[in-house]
Amino acid sequence: MISFESVTKTYPGPRRSAADVVAVHDTSFNVDTGTITVLAGSSGCGKTTLLRMVNRMVAPTSGRVQINGDDIAHMNPVQLRRKIGYVMQHAGLLPHKTVAENIAVVPRLNGATRAEAKRSVDRMLEMVELSADMADRYPAELSGGQAQRVGVARALADEPRILLMDEPFGAVDPLVRTGLQQQLIDIQHELGTTMLFVTHDMSEALRLGHEIILLAKQGRIMQQDSPTRLVEQPANAFVENFLGLNAAEKALRTRTTADGRTMVVDAHGRPAGFLEQA
Amino acid sequence: MNWVTNNLETILSALGWHVALSVPAIVAALLCAIPLGWLAHRLPRYSGPIITGSGLLFAIPSLPLLILLPVITGAGMRDGINVVIALTLYGIALLVRSVADGFNSISSETRLAATALGYSGGRRFLTVELPLAAPIILTGLRVVTASTIALCTVGAVLGIPSLGTLFTDGFQRQILAEIITGIVLTLGLAGLFDGLLVVLGKMLMPWQKQVA
Ligand SMILES: Nc1ncnc2c1ncn2[C@@H]1O[C@H](COP(=O)(O)OP(=O)(O)O)[C@@H](O)[C@H]1O
Ligand SMILES: [Mg+2]
Repeated sequence: MISFESVTKTYPGPRRSAADVVAVHDTSFNVDTGTITVLAGSSGCGKTTLLRMVNRMVAPTSGRVQINGDDIAHMNPVQLRRKIGYVMQHAGLLPHKTVAENIAVVPRLNGATRAEAKRSVDRMLEMVELSADMADRYPAELSGGQAQRVGVARALADEPRILLMDEPFGAVDPLVRTGLQQQLIDIQHELGTTMLFVTHDMSEALRLGHEIILLAKQGRIMQQDSPTRLVEQPANAFVENFLGLNAAEKALRTRTTADGRTMVVDAHGRPAGFLEQA
Repeated sequence: MNWVTNNLETILSALGWHVALSVPAIVAALLCAIPLGWLAHRLPRYSGPIITGSGLLFAIPSLPLLILLPVITGAGMRDGINVVIALTLYGIALLVRSVADGFNSISSETRLAATALGYSGGRRFLTVELPLAAPIILTGLRVVTASTIALCTVGAVLGIPSLGTLFTDGFQRQILAEIITGIVLTLGLAGLFDGLLVVLGKMLMPWQKQVA
């Protein structure tokens, strides 16, 4: 379990005279082992700051983060990072290393031999469904979706127990994104990795999260619940708003098409799908 | 042509000296410029003084420097070490900015990724930052190589052997072929070294599509 205990992070203001920026204020929550927890919220609400506290890329100004009861402030940050996977928005692949070399980085840093690392690379390429002939490409030669797959493969290559993901699929097109999301669900199911996933996209949060933490400014938790409960019982107007559940906006109507099927349309009359008999 | 065939030994000796003086200077300039340029990159507040300061070295006139250096080093006036030191200083002057530019060119995303992966400071410098800065450093190094090989001839005025010797000697003895040989070989050597650097760059930086 990862537990955030009253963490606060303030950054110095942009100018010397400016007030400090409070990125996260007194936030506490737990991430259960072996689940996907999604941190959702608008841009600037402190998601990245919270995420980076887990691998000590950000040090809390006050409060602490514990992993299985151990305060990570007492751990060596470099060693800690080698045990925690991290995926970022634009994959963050090292441009001078091939796909295989990128995936091999953490196993090699952790002391794997070349042969062992090669085995990890082959296994990971298969897991993220990239063909073996991708291995010798450079990041510049990959599509956005492929780069993200490599990013996920690299983060998981040394079988970390924890995976942090910061809007990893935010920059890929919707069709590819859906594929990547499904793949992530499958991988998590297979490996049982504890995942902390950041997104500003509520549909992505609902799709991936076992647990969703919806944040307002300064990392204030508006609701922490399962996707079902979040939709069924939004705790307040903020949550309803973020889910887009308020008022007429979300109302769906049906319309019969020329060929006699029942089409579902949203409040603006745009088609949302077809109604099928159960 | 006659002069060339009759004086092959002199020519080869001058060429040998030229290489022996300029290569160590180029290497030394690179080795000194890397930490200086890296400091300029890491300490933005001092980057101006570091880059401008080292750049000013290039403004030191070469002949006075070559006369002054023996006083400082204690080596003889005709000792090649003086030329190597002078050329190293000029090389540093040209290279520090390229090194700083190279390190500055690495995207913050790549740096973040390297940190998140768990690179320690030293390893990250050697296996991530330096290779990624290398293409821009190489561009600077090519300029330094050309400039060093050209400047190396100056020592001939003080009697330090190099291809420049063919030049000074040719003037004194009115041998046009010797002068031309000196010029052609200097240009050729600069071209050869530049070509070698380009090939080396392509080999060491395969992720770079064009190291033109
Ligand atoms: N290094 C930094 N220096 C100053 N302010 C920062 C820094 N990082 C983040 N912030 C500020 O902290 C707040 C939260 O940022 P962040 O955690 O990146 O939000 P999110 O990931 O939810 O978009 C924002 O207002 C942002 O401007
Ligand atoms: Mg963010």
